Amino acid sequence: MDTKLAMHTKNLNFFYGDFQALFDVSLDFGANEVTALIGPSGCGKSTLLRCLNRMNDLIPETRSEGEIYFRDQPIHGQEVDPVEVRRQVGMVFQKPNPFPKTIYENIAWGARINGYRGDMDELVETSLKKCALWDEVKEKLKQNALGLSGGQQQRLCIARTIAVEPDVILMDEPTSALDPISTAKIEDLITELRKRYTIIIVTHNMQQAGRVSEKTAFFLNGVIIEAGLTSDIFFNPKEERTEAYISGRFG
Amino acid sequence: MSDPTAQSGKIDFSPKPRPHEVAIRIFLFVTAAISIVITLGIVLELVKESWLFFGDPEVSLWEFLTSNEWQPVIGKFGIWPLLSATLMTSTIAMLVAFPLGLMVAIYLSEYAPDRVRAILKPVLEILAGIPTVVYGYFAVTFMTPLLQSIFGNDIVDVYNTASAGIVMGILILPLVSSMTEDALSSVPRSLRAGAFALGATKMETSIQIVVPAAFSGIAAAFIVALSRAVGETMIVALAAGAGPNFTINPFEGAETLTGYIVRISGGDISYNSVDYNSIFALGLVLFIITLTLNFISRRIVEKYREVYE
Repeated sequence: MDTKLAMHTKNLNFFYGDFQALFDVSLDFGANEVTALIGPSGCGKSTLLRCLNRMNDLIPETRSEGEIYFRDQPIHGQEVDPVEVRRQVGMVFQKPNPFPKTIYENIAWGARINGYRGDMDELVETSLKKCALWDEVKEKLKQNALGLSGGQQQRLCIARTIAVEPDVILMDEPTSALDPISTAKIEDLITELRKRYTIIIVTHNMQQAGRVSEKTAFFLNGVIIEAGLTSDIFFNPKEERTEAYISGRFG
Repeated sequence: MSDPTAQSGKIDFSPKPRPHEVAIRIFLFVTAAISIVITLGIVLELVKESWLFFGDPEVSLWEFLTSNEWQPVIGKFGIWPLLSATLMTSTIAMLVAFPLGLMVAIYLSEYAPDRVRAILKPVLEILAGIPTVVYGYFAVTFMTPLLQSIFGNDIVDVYNTASAGIVMGILILPLVSSMTEDALSSVPRSLRAGAFALGATKMETSIQIVVPAAFSGIAAAFIVALSRAVGETMIVALAAGAGPNFTINPFEGAETLTGYIVRISGGDISYNSVDYNSIFALGLVLFIITLTLNFISRRIVEKYREVYE
């Protein structure tokens, strides 16, 4: 691991009430890399993702122990403002969730509340272009975003995330609600975005993990079973359970 | 043909008589029909009696709709003194109830911990259960003296529209906050998550994302509350003043449409006199106002309702 770290966790434990969802998770996320988090439902991978931008703070009766770092700065604990963390670590959700506003406003809103002072028209255009959505929507920027197709909505959500210029983008099964063609577009987009952003993606789709990620971490019951280069995890897993999961024998 | 049941005889698929199904359908239809018939009956009565009023040689429809003098004794029937008092008390009530109700709703829906909400919501609903006559006396014995102590006895009359309007605002506050809270709570959680993930604060999310997303429901709450205020009777009858007065001064007494109707129908004016018939015409006007408000509210809900998957 010679690459610069975008984020890492040390001995992270996470609890929903009495239920412990993560056990001693220590994981590195290299800058400008795509890291895939895989594992069966309920294994803690989405929980880890939400720890990384403090979204779990919004769920009552949860608590975490251990350390989370953005570059080399700690972002865990009470003395860190989750709002500031989320400005650096953006998130794309499982189901597209555009705001019931115009396409233009969907992009502009996040930038505006983050104090963006530049040319908003330009920001909207470049953000949409980066997400390969500009050509499809440039004629209807003033229309409600809810009128777009699911795949377009998800690309809009990615565009609004990058308009805020975060360093890291978390993606929680971003294509699970989309058809194969929209999925392919999002995957192309991820490949394109990795040049400028660090991406951490939770996915249930093994082929997707194989296609888009350089690193993969395999979770089971809140524990990292194996983490490393995606090619190693997929073709030379050290753990039998990893191999069994990837080849579809359980999960 | 290996299935043994298939050989045991034909199954009877012919329609069966089911009298209880028919009976319940008729019963439910009759109950639905009764409510419509009653409503129609009321409207018919209003129109019929109003017809008598407008048929009177003393009365002209034009004068009724345009004149600002309401003095039945000398045959002056202009609706504006009464209508303006109604508009005044309703506007004051909405100025109190809407901002306050919106804030209460935002607090309950976005900020309040579950335990606080569990206590606060029932308390608000108790407020809605207090008889309106109590509110009326509250206006006369508490709000009016309060206004007088602030602005002075010579400025604030004993009966005034400000006092009635403010107390009416308190009366409809639970209605506004409860309907608005429902509208805010029905905004999907995923929208809030999306806003927070962009680095939005709680206030930015609540005010700029959740409230606009609930616009149709909030507008409906506003209009339902407004029609409640227009039709509210007891508070204005007790506190707003008895006697038509065409004024824009909220500290003067002025009789509202409903206040006038109460006074006349409870008084000793003889049945079938033109004064008596006039209250039906005023009732019809009230009915048209609330009907229009309901219609507008439906249109807004249809037009601005966001469809989430």
